[in-house]
Amino acid sequence: MSFLELRNVTKRYGEGDAQVVAVQDVDLLVEVGELVAVMGPSGSGKSTLLSIAGSLEEPTSGDVIVGGAPLATMSRNEKARLRRRTIGYVFQDFNLLAGLTAAENVSLPLELDGVPAKRARAAAMAALESLDVAGRGSHYPDQLSGGERQRVAIARAVVAERRLLLADEPSGALDSLNGDAVMRLILAACNRGVSAVVVTHDAQLASWADRVVFIRDGRVVDQTVPPPSPESLLAHPPARR
Amino acid sequence: MSVRHALLALLSEGPKYGLQLRQEFEASTGEVWPLNIGQVYTTLQRLERDGLVESDGSAGEGPQNVFRITPAGEQEIKSWLQAPTDLTAPPRDELVIKILSALRVPGVDVQDVVQAHRRYLIELMQQWTRLKEDEADFDLSLALVVDAELFRLDSLVRWLDSASGRLKRASVQPPLRSPAPLFRRRVVVRR
Repeated sequence: MSFLELRNVTKRYGEGDAQVVAVQDVDLLVEVGELVAVMGPSGSGKSTLLSIAGSLEEPTSGDVIVGGAPLATMSRNEKARLRRRTIGYVFQDFNLLAGLTAAENVSLPLELDGVPAKRARAAAMAALESLDVAGRGSHYPDQLSGGERQRVAIARAVVAERRLLLADEPSGALDSLNGDAVMRLILAACNRGVSAVVVTHDAQLASWADRVVFIRDGRVVDQTVPPPSPESLLAHPPARR
Repeated sequence: MSVRHALLALLSEGPKYGLQLRQEFEASTGEVWPLNIGQVYTTLQRLERDGLVESDGSAGEGPQNVFRITPAGEQEIKSWLQAPTDLTAPPRDELVIKILSALRVPGVDVQDVVQAHRRYLIELMQQWTRLKEDEADFDLSLALVVDAELFRLDSLVRWLDSASGRLKRASVQPPLRSPAPLFRRRVVVRR
């Protein structure tokens, strides 16, 4: 069953000669619990696609359906609620609010959604706990390392009942081991039923995904087929050890 | 890959049987590189001939023969570890040749060829990454081997990305004319 569905989505900016087509006729289905990576060079339209999927931008034409509900039929308030409750975002530069502690950063979207402060705070601590940064809950972003800030950002994206995680270059400037750690966390969220779309130009990050979709000049040009079991790479598969 | 030196490294830990060396070799490469027992004994014979290992010989050539490293063998393994690996000769990489050839064949979209190889490489990387997910936290050797393979494949994907960018730029701005012979560069191999 798909949780996110993009049907024939096109996004154009500007008019006439100055018009730029950022995304053209894109169809994309993301199943419940699936991790999809979107790969493409800078300017290929992959970040725009993510913004449209997350209802941060409106498509010029086409349909976006999240959890069975078409965004086009929703009011502004309904879309805002969807963004607070259902969709989690992870950005390259973390986007944590500097004046709030790690725990407050994570609980903020819940509190904005009307969840009582105590319950929001407990949910935030549970999310931080699952990412091994509960001990840093009372620290401010500038007191955290890059890896810790990213964990807090992911905690904020998966806190409470979020069902769709959208990440734009989620390993940012982290080294490859920390990049792996970020992808393991996203994968763990998918194993709990969260659907995720990760936009990246990094092949090592993309290779964590169940499926990799390739985008070029705003169009989806190709995608991977599920790879065979990794056991074929080993001299003695684990089952026989 | 030097099986010879890998076996010397294992013997530097203490005397071992041929079969034991095979098992430890495979374990030390995260079970990614299989090694047949015939190759183990052939290599041990050569190492013995060169005075780098010795065996008690009491069991003839049988599996009960124990091999141990000699002082010359210990010296050899230490200098091999520090010696630069030979990366000087540019390999005739088949992938590079395919992309260069695609430029010449009429009716072929080079970007499609690039994408076909990019997809294949990423699928292979997905397979290696699955191993990392299941195994690598528990086995340091496997983690190191998998990382090496992923970085190697990643470098090919990056080259394809860069090739794709160059091709796109070249298709938008084709060179007006060939460079004059005076400025044509030749690759000179320094010796």
